[in-house]
Amino acid sequence: MEEELNEEYYKAERKTEWRDKLRKEIKAKERTNISRVRMPEADPNVRNKSNLEVNKGLTLEMALAESHRCLDCAVPTCIIGCPVGTNIPKFIKFLEAGDVLGAAEVLKENNTLPAICGRVCPQEIQCEAQCFYVKKLSKEGAAIGHLERFVADYAREHGPATIPALAEPNGIKMAVIGSGPAGLTVAGELAKFGYDVTVFEALHDLGGVLKYGIPEFRLPKSIVDYEINTIKNMGVKFVTNFIVGKTASIADLKEEGYVAFFIASGAGLPNFMNIPGENYSGIQSANEFLTRVNLMGGGNKDFDTPVHTGKNVVVVGGGNTAMDSVRTAKRMGAERAIIIYRRSMEEMPARAEEIKHAIEEDIEFINLASPIEYFADERGKVNKMRVQKMELGEPDASGRRRPVAIEGSEYDIAVDSVVIAVGVSPNPIVQQSMPELEITKWNTIKVDDNMMTSIPGLFAGGDIVRGGATVILAMGDGRKAASGMHSYVQSEVLVKA
Amino acid sequence: MFKIIEKKFLSENVARLVIEAPYIAKSRRAGHFIILRIDKNGERIPLTISDADVEKGTISLIVQRVGVSSHKLCAMNAGDFILDVVGPLGKATHITNVGTVLCAGGGVGVAPLFPIVQAMKLAGNRVITIIAARNKDLVILENEMSEYSDELIVMTDDGSKGTKGLVTQGMEEVILREKINQAIVIGPAVMMKFAALTTKKYEIPTMASLNTIMVDGTGMCGACRVSVGGKTEFVCVDGPEFDAHKVNFDEMLSRLGAYKEKESENYDEYVKSCEATALN
Repeated sequence: MEEELNEEYYKAERKTEWRDKLRKEIKAKERTNISRVRMPEADPNVRNKSNLEVNKGLTLEMALAESHRCLDCAVPTCIIGCPVGTNIPKFIKFLEAGDVLGAAEVLKENNTLPAICGRVCPQEIQCEAQCFYVKKLSKEGAAIGHLERFVADYAREHGPATIPALAEPNGIKMAVIGSGPAGLTVAGELAKFGYDVTVFEALHDLGGVLKYGIPEFRLPKSIVDYEINTIKNMGVKFVTNFIVGKTASIADLKEEGYVAFFIASGAGLPNFMNIPGENYSGIQSANEFLTRVNLMGGGNKDFDTPVHTGKNVVVVGGGNTAMDSVRTAKRMGAERAIIIYRRSMEEMPARAEEIKHAIEEDIEFINLASPIEYFADERGKVNKMRVQKMELGEPDASGRRRPVAIEGSEYDIAVDSVVIAVGVSPNPIVQQSMPELEITKWNTIKVDDNMMTSIPGLFAGGDIVRGGATVILAMGDGRKAASGMHSYVQSEVLVKA
Repeated sequence: MFKIIEKKFLSENVARLVIEAPYIAKSRRAGHFIILRIDKNGERIPLTISDADVEKGTISLIVQRVGVSSHKLCAMNAGDFILDVVGPLGKATHITNVGTVLCAGGGVGVAPLFPIVQAMKLAGNRVITIIAARNKDLVILENEMSEYSDELIVMTDDGSKGTKGLVTQGMEEVILREKINQAIVIGPAVMMKFAALTTKKYEIPTMASLNTIMVDGTGMCGACRVSVGGKTEFVCVDGPEFDAHKVNFDEMLSRLGAYKEKESENYDEYVKSCEATALN
């Protein structure tokens, strides 16, 4: 994930006169005494009944104050923490100098979707974890994520709708399979190289998990559409309702003139726990629940798609998807919206911010517990679940302490609906259509250092390779794959032609 | 946008729509289905492809009016556009020459059965087809079926056409009369359940094509999951056809009813809005 830091390049940029001057305007000591900005948030008791975005965004004054905290370090370790290698000090210093649109240009150099990353990246374990404040001063890191969001939002609201510089169109056709974060990144990068790019999307709407998965209150759909529109303005074509491997095969697309392919079909196969009663109606995967609500308008009376909710909704799992699901259930009117997680709060894989927001929104947490059986009414609709208490044993392969069931600790909880959010597996469709494609024992697609699969010209990235990761890691794969595809076409296709 | 080329009612509540979808027409095989969404506020509904014309680039769908979406669909006409159509989805039917094949379709299940009958016949099998309906007005695809069947038996519950009786009675008669190498049953879940019990008695390998609730149709949501031999399978990517003797039809039935209340609420509202429009 981490690229080697090209120190010479960053040092040269840092030495520019204006940055030198800016650094000296405020003493480092004074900068480090400024306390970290707090993200303004919507009132928990208002937001948990609406689709209002939870984080309201910084004001210009707040963003400028936070920009002073960045020390513009000689060795900007924060960049190492960024999977797409955003030049963090450079954009923050543009902001500090008052040139917000200039800062936005810097973000766009390496990142096709900054307004999205500023909202959903786990900065606390990436860039901000590598910040000098955290590593050397034991203080809270610069609020890089908040600033990224501010700059991207400001540019969208106040700046001209610009697109990055594009190379002359070369007429070479490239196909991208899936319009989620990995696919969008590859499409944008390939367009910059001058390729004729088409993105094929299986669903009727673009954005992949950004649309069907992440709820409006965390990532407004209008922002996703804006970013996709920018990519459209770069000349990228999008085809919805098209499943590569079903509607047409890769071989068919080759006949239509596509020379290289990027598979980013995502981790769209939900895991279940295979416990008794799990197929009763009213029990659904997080993917199903979130898709019905986010993509299909479920719960909104103007839309035809129904969705299971109820007074008592239990979400099983402790990741970001579990938090998204339980908070969505609360917003749809659940009196009790409960997380059941088999480890303790400390091990919970969801972002700290999401857990904090969930607690504020009156979400209940039943930790150190796991469902073992479901029960239903006479029509087969779930009405009760049996839960077993757990305790933490020795650390397992993941380094986290393994949950161990406590015999005889079972008890029942009344439920109207249950959402299972215990992870996802790779979508099988592309692999099924190409038996010659090498896959791992977890059914993810095998790739080399350039993200190329076992089939020359066929690249892959994002969750179809990783199994279930984050938006930003998918984007990092996209950047890497785009340069891999570019060199492949330049060296293999054009030379031989 | 997908253009409707032709629309015809096959019976009072069952319509055939021919839709322009050239890629799907070319890629589809017997057993495949599509998912469509009528308009931007519509739901995604799965429908089996009952026929296709590669040269014209069209597919045929057969729809029965039951809820809001199917009513809206049946109210559309040639020249109208369906917003989204995606497919072909699911695994194609495994077609081989096994000898004699008994194909039994109930109600609108006759529609997805047609491409299988066609493919089984073209693969050289002796094909005996039973199509069953509640009454004579609900019998569909009789001519098409007879063209590809060595023998076509029509059955109605009330005896208004063909033989009076249930599809299982017709099946049993055929089974007792001659050696059946494979059976295929498609129809309402209850019909498939009893058809499967009938063939199980005679140990005839039997396949059922399941039509469960779906959202994406690509394995993403799991709404379509069923228990087959005690194992959870996804109808959209693992099916839609499964060993009928292993399918838990009772569970499938209860899952099919998952949204019944909400669906009938939606339907009542839809009827009201139609009445309001008609009065204006």
